[in-house]
Formats: sequence, C-alpha cells, structure tokens
Amino acid sequence: MVVTTRTKKTTKSTKSGAERRYRPKVAVWKFASCDGCQLSLLSCEDDLLDVVGEIEIAYFLEATTAVIKGPYDLSLVEGSITTEHDAQRIRKIRQQSKKLITIGACATSGGIQALRNFGDVDHFIRSVYARPDYISTLRTSSPIHEHVPVDFELRGCPINKNQLVEVINATLNERAPNIPHVSQCVECKKNGTVCLMVAKGVPCLGPVTHAGCGNLCPSTDRGCFGCFGPSEAPNGPSLARQLEKLGMSKQEIRDFFRSYNGNAGAFRETSEAYD
Amino acid sequence: MATAAKTTKAKATKKSAPKKETNAKSGKSMTRTIQVDELSRVEGEGALFVRVKDGVNKEWKFRLVEPPRFFEAFLQGRSYMEVPDITARICGICPMAYLMGAQQAMEDALGIQVTKPIRDLRRIMYCGEWIESHVLHAAMLHAPDFLGLDDVLQLAATNKDVVTNALQLKKLGNDLLEVIGGGRAIHPVNTRVGGFYKIPSKKALYALKDQLKWGIEASIAIAKLFGTFEFSDYEDDYHCVSLRHPDEYAIVEGRVVTNRGIDIPVRDFHKQFKEVHAQHTTALQGWTRDNEPYLTGPNARYTNNYSQLTKLAKEVAKEVGLGTTCFNPFKSILVRMVETVYACEEALRLINNYEEPDVPFIESTPKASEGFGMTEAPRGVCYHSYKMDHNGHILKAVISSPTAQNQPQIERDLFGVVERSLDLDEAALKHRCEQTIRNYDPCISCSAHLLRLTMVRE
Repeated sequence: MVVTTRTKKTTKSTKSGAERRYRPKVAVWKFASCDGCQLSLLSCEDDLLDVVGEIEIAYFLEATTAVIKGPYDLSLVEGSITTEHDAQRIRKIRQQSKKLITIGACATSGGIQALRNFGDVDHFIRSVYARPDYISTLRTSSPIHEHVPVDFELRGCPINKNQLVEVINATLNERAPNIPHVSQCVECKKNGTVCLMVAKGVPCLGPVTHAGCGNLCPSTDRGCFGCFGPSEAPNGPSLARQLEKLGMSKQEIRDFFRSYNGNAGAFRETSEAYD
Repeated sequence: MATAAKTTKAKATKKSAPKKETNAKSGKSMTRTIQVDELSRVEGEGALFVRVKDGVNKEWKFRLVEPPRFFEAFLQGRSYMEVPDITARICGICPMAYLMGAQQAMEDALGIQVTKPIRDLRRIMYCGEWIESHVLHAAMLHAPDFLGLDDVLQLAATNKDVVTNALQLKKLGNDLLEVIGGGRAIHPVNTRVGGFYKIPSKKALYALKDQLKWGIEASIAIAKLFGTFEFSDYEDDYHCVSLRHPDEYAIVEGRVVTNRGIDIPVRDFHKQFKEVHAQHTTALQGWTRDNEPYLTGPNARYTNNYSQLTKLAKEVAKEVGLGTTCFNPFKSILVRMVETVYACEEALRLINNYEEPDVPFIESTPKASEGFGMTEAPRGVCYHSYKMDHNGHILKAVISSPTAQNQPQIERDLFGVVERSLDLDEAALKHRCEQTIRNYDPCISCSAHLLRLTMVRE
C-alpha cells in the first residue's frame, strides 16, 4: 500500500538548485463526528510516513499545528452539518478545494446524529441540557453533498483505512478509485463466509449494505448492521419482509435500518415504512 | 476554518479569582486581545477565553463547542442490545470506554456475571486501547510541544527511529483490539452485552506475544527519552478521582475512590459528583457536590493506585523522575508511557493465562431495571447509567465522558499557568495555553470541537 503521485516539476528550485517534486496539498476537515475516520489516516501505521512523504499535509488539526493556506489539491471531509456556521464553513472549504472527498457515515449520510431528523430536536435538547437556551443547532444533521458538490464519497462507520489510501492515491493520480459499490453479500461469497441469515436465521443487513468493511461482522458470527450504508440498487422492502419472516417486530426492523446511516436514501425510506 | 471567535462577555467570574480592581480614573488600562481560532493536536476542538486586567488574570473559560449530537436523547426507545455499538460512536479514539461501559451497565441492570475468560478478554482489549491512545497522544500529539516542533512529522525528520517505534507500538495496541474485536480497532464489532459474538482463538492471541515482549522494551525506551524533556514545575493540589480494584491496577471495573477519602460504588457516582451545564460550553462539566473541580485520567490513576503497578513499571517511573504521586500536569506524558509499559505487561500476562471460554456470551433477558457502568478510559473515568423498561427499551441514559468531567480542572490549570506566564509575549502565551490543554489529551469529540483562545488584556 504505497501512495505515489505524478511527478510534476515545480518551477521553484531548492537552495541546492535541484528541482523538487511537487507534493499535492491535502487538507483534512472535521465537522460533527467522533474523529474516528480521520484517525484512520493516523492508523495507517505501516504506511503513514510513506503516505505523508508523497503529499503535503496542509491542514490536519488532529495531527499538526502547521497550517498552509489554500487552495488545496484535495480536501478530505469528516462529519456532518449540524449548525449554520458549519454550513457556511463547508462552502468556503469547497471554494478552496480542487477535489473534495467525504469520508465516513457522518459526512456521506449525516451519521448517527441524524437520528434527530426523525424526532423533535427541541425535545432532544431538553432531555440532555439543563439550559436549552444555551444550545444552538440546526433541526437536522445533513451530509456534505446536500451543501456542496462532492467528488467522491467514501463510506463506512468508520471507513476502511486501506480504502482511504486507495482513494487518496487514485484522486491524486486522476483516476477513478477502485471501490466496488456491490453489497456485503458479495464480500461473504468472496470470503467463503456461510450466509448467516440462510443457515442460522440471523438478521443481517448485508443484502442492502455497501461492501468495504472487509466482511467483518458475518465472519464474526454477527449479522451485518449497516455501517457502510446502502449499496448500489438496494432492495430494502424485500429484505424487510424477510426480516419479518425471521420474527423481527416492526420497531426492530425500523431501528435496524435506522442507525449509523439511517438518513441515507434507501435505509431511510425502508425505516419510514415501519414507523 | 479560521472563523473569528465571538468574544462573549462572561457573566460569572470564578470565585477564586484575585479581586484587585483597576484604577479606572487613570484611563491607562491596556487591553490586549489574544485569539486562537483553533487548537491543534487534540482529539477535537474547543475554545479558550482569558481576560487579564492590569496584569492580573480575572477570568478564564475553556469551551467545548462542537455541535451537540444528543446521544442521551436518541438512545431513548432503542433496545439495550443496540446501545453499546451506538455509544461507541461518541469517540473514535476510545470506543472501548463506551462499548464496555454500556455493556457493563446493561449487565448490572440485568444481573449478569460474565465469566473470567470474558472478563480477561475485555481487559486485554482495554490494554490495547490504552496502548494505542496513550502512544498516539504522548508521542504523536504531545511530545512535539516539548521539542518546539509543529508535529510528529518534523520529529520523524530528526528522529525517525523513535517515530517508527511509536507507530509500531500504536499498531500493537490496534492489533490487540482487532484480534479480539473482530477485525477493526475503531468501533470493534465483536463485543456485545454478556461477552462476545465469537470466541477469539488462543492461537490468534498467542501470535501477539512476541510483539508484546517487544512493546515492553519499546515503551520503556520512549519513556526514558521523554524523561529527558524539560518540564515546568507547575503543580496543583488535585482532587484525584479514579477507579480502584482490590486485585489489580483498575481499568475495567472497581469502586470510585479519591485521594481525599471518597470510596463509593459506581452507582453512587452522581451522589458525590455532578454535571453542570455552563453557558460557555456544550459539554456538561464535572464538579464535586461541594462545587470543586476534580481530576480524572492518568495522573489521578497513578496517584491513587501507584502501589498496584508492576515492579517494572515502578522502576521505569522512578527512572524518569516520577514519585509515587504525580501532581504536575505536564508530566502526564510520562505517566502515559509508564501506563503503556504496564498495559503491555498486563496484556502479555493475561494472554499467557488465557483459556478460551466455553460460550462466547452470557444470554440476557430484558426486564424493567437500572444499571451502572464505569471504566478507566485513557483520559479518565467514563460513567454510564441506563434505565430500561420490561422490553429492554431505554427510558433514560446518562453518560459522563472524562474530558467533560475534566473541563473545570483544565480551566483551573489554565488560570494557574497564565498567572505565572503573563510576562510572555502573545505568541508564547498562546502556545503555553495550548500546551496546558494538550496535557489532558482532551478528547473533545466526546462532545465538542474547535478551540479558540480569546485573551483580553485590560
């Protein structure tokens, strides 16, 4: 797993007179989130020094005090939009970024905090805070693509660090990332994992969930619970009917679809049918 | 991101602030404003406001201003089985504190006792989280402060071996989490109320033994290097709050104890300590019932439970200049490395004795009940309490994260540090404040993000 970038020569010369290679400027931005997705970059322990050798970290508060002004070749955006201030901030970031990629469930679907979208945010505020008048927040938690154009969405709660390196690599080399949009079922077949739903009657969101985690839950004897959000062309209603046959209640089915990616189109529609 | 900080005129000044007033008639009082729009190398963002009048620190506030995410509200109505995975999303750096705290609270509510191998597996995972989180903080986020560097990459340019070893140590912590946690360290998938989905094999755990032996040596070497740093002599009379367990350096369970004589079961935590909603921060602050700040985290654990460390960890502590207590917040970097040595030793010991459990988890049946859980997250005690109905649906959830609890103490440290450093120029003073906050490794994503320092000198 090594990132290589096109060798562009800059016009600037180093003190020694030799030309230095252009290193694309990469910025990492955070909105409402748990920090886990940007931490995935620091979790590429074996490759971290190689990765940062090929790029210039221009803005990454979790890791460095140094800040380099935009524009940026690539912005990685974690987190969802939950305040008016953040809605304005993401627009400024987009203006400064040649490519903008969202990382993780919060940024691509609104995240777990988008559960407020199904409830009454005033009630939420009152039940957590003694002084609701101190709290300022939007009524919804929304994904980045509802605010600005996004060049690629990397899914996961959290993202898969190997996929992150692939996306950075592909984007900086101006090719499409090799990230299949198939369902978790495909990962089970590739891994030779026996279907939990068929063999053991375990409820599983695998048939409608985007692949990419590495087939973690099914190979741990646990049904997929949808960390990576909807796959390409998911059939939520059909899976929901199967879950009914397995004995899940309406509320259980609703909540199964309504979690980390509950606000994502297909999951949202299916859960609302069980409200 | 560099947005102008709103300089809110604060309503209340802390009681302990010096009361000296300026001579308004002179008309010469100078106002200097220092503003930091963001704080780097913390797990999250926050803001700092300091007002100085005639050379005296009058007012100081540490804000956690990440937009609220309302975990305690949207957990209402969810099944008790779903809660641990949801609360894990409070923090990507220390998900175990939320997974395990919630699991234990549910087990407490339903009267479940897990078996010894399950308990041991949990403790090994938690050692993994301490290792990855402590090394991330100490070596990658905190150490650059002592060397006058911007980040770990600059450190790598001059001292690549140290950074390479730190990264490998961090990876070792993640490996422990991945092997037991079902393949990923951030939001592991294999843990559940009552135990695990799948039993981790002896073979998979044994494969980590050599790495752990290496980890003990590597963490000692890093601790010794950090022991050569120059430290401020700043100290405070901290009220140290931690768990204590009769048989071991407390990580996954125990009673709540303090160095001022409090010794209570976890379920009574909020009888002695309270959450306060202050206007300037979105995270609820932790205070004692007597309205005093308290300290939780590595220095509090070390001070309360030093005697339960291993012989080797004590030797390392002595060699890097630590006593049997630690009241210097800047030296938390050393305590973190001593705890890393301990966590490597402890994980190795538990793996050597590991026998696979007969069943991966203890079954549970919901009933109307209330339960409590607390673990020692890398940054301090993390409290959970839940009420559920007879179907296992959550009626009420209360979660107190370590950084939220530490906020008042961070403010008090800032006051003390600023008071001693008023002669510094603006840039140096700003840096000093940032360092003081980074002593805590504030995991601000627990609730909040974006640190801005606003300093008004009058």
